[in-house]
Amino acid sequence: MSSNGSEIKLRVEHATKVYETRTAQVHALDDVSVEVNTGELVCILGPSGCGKTTLLWAMSGLHGLSDGRVLLDGTPVTGPRPLEIGMVFQDANLLPWRNLRQNLEFPFEVKRRKPDEARIASLLHETGLAGFEKSFPRELSGGMQQRASIVRALAQDPGVLLMDEPFGALDAFTRDEMNLLLLRLWSETDKTIVFVTHNISEAIFLADRVVVMTPRPGRVARIYDIELPRPRTIEMTFEPSFISLVQEIKVAVETGGRHTVEVE
Amino acid sequence: MSDVPQELRDEIPSFEKQAHEEQGPINWSALTSVQGARSLAEVAALLGLFVAVFFLVQGIVVWTNTPSYVFPKPTDVVKTFAQDFTSTEIHSLKVTSIEFLAGLAIGSTIGLVLAALLTLKPFVEKVIAPYVLIMVTTPMLALVPFLRLKMGFGLWPLIIAVALASGPMVMINSATGFRRTDLAKIALARSYGASTFQIFAKIRFPLALPMIIVGYMVGSIFGLLTAVGGEMVAASEQGGLGRDLVYYSSLARMPEFGATILIIAILGVLIYVIFYFIGKRWASWEA
Repeated sequence: MSSNGSEIKLRVEHATKVYETRTAQVHALDDVSVEVNTGELVCILGPSGCGKTTLLWAMSGLHGLSDGRVLLDGTPVTGPRPLEIGMVFQDANLLPWRNLRQNLEFPFEVKRRKPDEARIASLLHETGLAGFEKSFPRELSGGMQQRASIVRALAQDPGVLLMDEPFGALDAFTRDEMNLLLLRLWSETDKTIVFVTHNISEAIFLADRVVVMTPRPGRVARIYDIELPRPRTIEMTFEPSFISLVQEIKVAVETGGRHTVEVE
Repeated sequence: MSDVPQELRDEIPSFEKQAHEEQGPINWSALTSVQGARSLAEVAALLGLFVAVFFLVQGIVVWTNTPSYVFPKPTDVVKTFAQDFTSTEIHSLKVTSIEFLAGLAIGSTIGLVLAALLTLKPFVEKVIAPYVLIMVTTPMLALVPFLRLKMGFGLWPLIIAVALASGPMVMINSATGFRRTDLAKIALARSYGASTFQIFAKIRFPLALPMIIVGYMVGSIFGLLTAVGGEMVAASEQGGLGRDLVYYSSLARMPEFGATILIIAILGVLIYVIFYFIGKRWASWEA
């Protein structure tokens, strides 16, 4: 279920990104190197302003890098690759003037392809959105909107899913529900997922590996292998070993990985 | 249950941030968000008030024995409107409509295209903005006699005046709409490989549409005003509703005068209703 095979799907090599704004230079990423294996779920964890979104946008080809490069299946990413990479944004990011169905057809429309009706129908069924095709985004709850945006990202069956704090705006209960749904969808496919979050327990709960980043400039502080068995349940998050891992990673985030405590 | 505050009864609690982050120099959006009647009782009250006002005015005019050249009886106005809706009035309506529609089509198209182009270049937009504002605030009516001198007695001077009155209105509101660049939605479209033109057609234009519709509504109302006013100042050989107004008032034929005003009022309301429903259909997502 987890990393089947150690083939590298996505490789970030020495990524450095400096934004030139009118008043200052913002050093968002500094020499970040990450490898993500095929079928792996990697969480990128860090406080606000540590370049998590910048890193994700660089992976998706939405941004160029000042230095370094991103390789997908061994070829450099120089622009969006919609058939290979699906993106899930913060706050769902549905188009409010389109109903659910039209929102899901958007990726196909842009590429002038016929929508994959069968796939959309099965994804809608799986995410509990069947029957809401005619609803407009503002008529859906936050959780439903975010489920719709996941369906949209998966509609063209990309191999890689890049998720940018997708559940950050949801309440804790909905967030748990969405995390379980994501793990279920992931376990049924061989998708490679990079999931950006600032929530430590969410990162541990989801990930095969957690990449902890430091703020300004964004660097990789430490990478944790998460050994929790799968399938994962919410109950696991109450176990002492889980909680001590949360504490350990919290210290690593706060100190930028310089100090770590071993909590037994 | 009777202690529940009335105004909160059927409202779903929500404190979400509003999408209207920018409204431009003049906020006309209230025009498109007037609440319509929802229930039979509300419709009945609306009609009831109208009938009451109608007969109140009628009563006052009759009771005070006001001569019809001072103020016409509402019933006389309606009678004239119904009986004497002659070829003269149909002709005038046609002339005014042509001036209005041709002027609106020309002015709004130029305004819309300029808004779409100028918002791509913030520097140019800033330099141009004062002139657009001057055009919005100057009554284009004032230009009609001048245009007459230059262009003769055809319809063109009035068409141009209508275009000059409605175009900048459409432009200023559309520009406000096009300035709402939602980075996340553009990133979304880009991630699916959208071209610059697709981003315009599928993201920027729909995002701007509610403001464009408001611009068209306000521009149309200004355009009608200019068409009728321009005819009052200097009509073409063809006449028009504005010249009828001047003609009837000079002869103190107040019932005909009132009937002409009624036609103009109906035109204005019609414009409003048309754009109200266009807004309901294409921009209700923002309400």
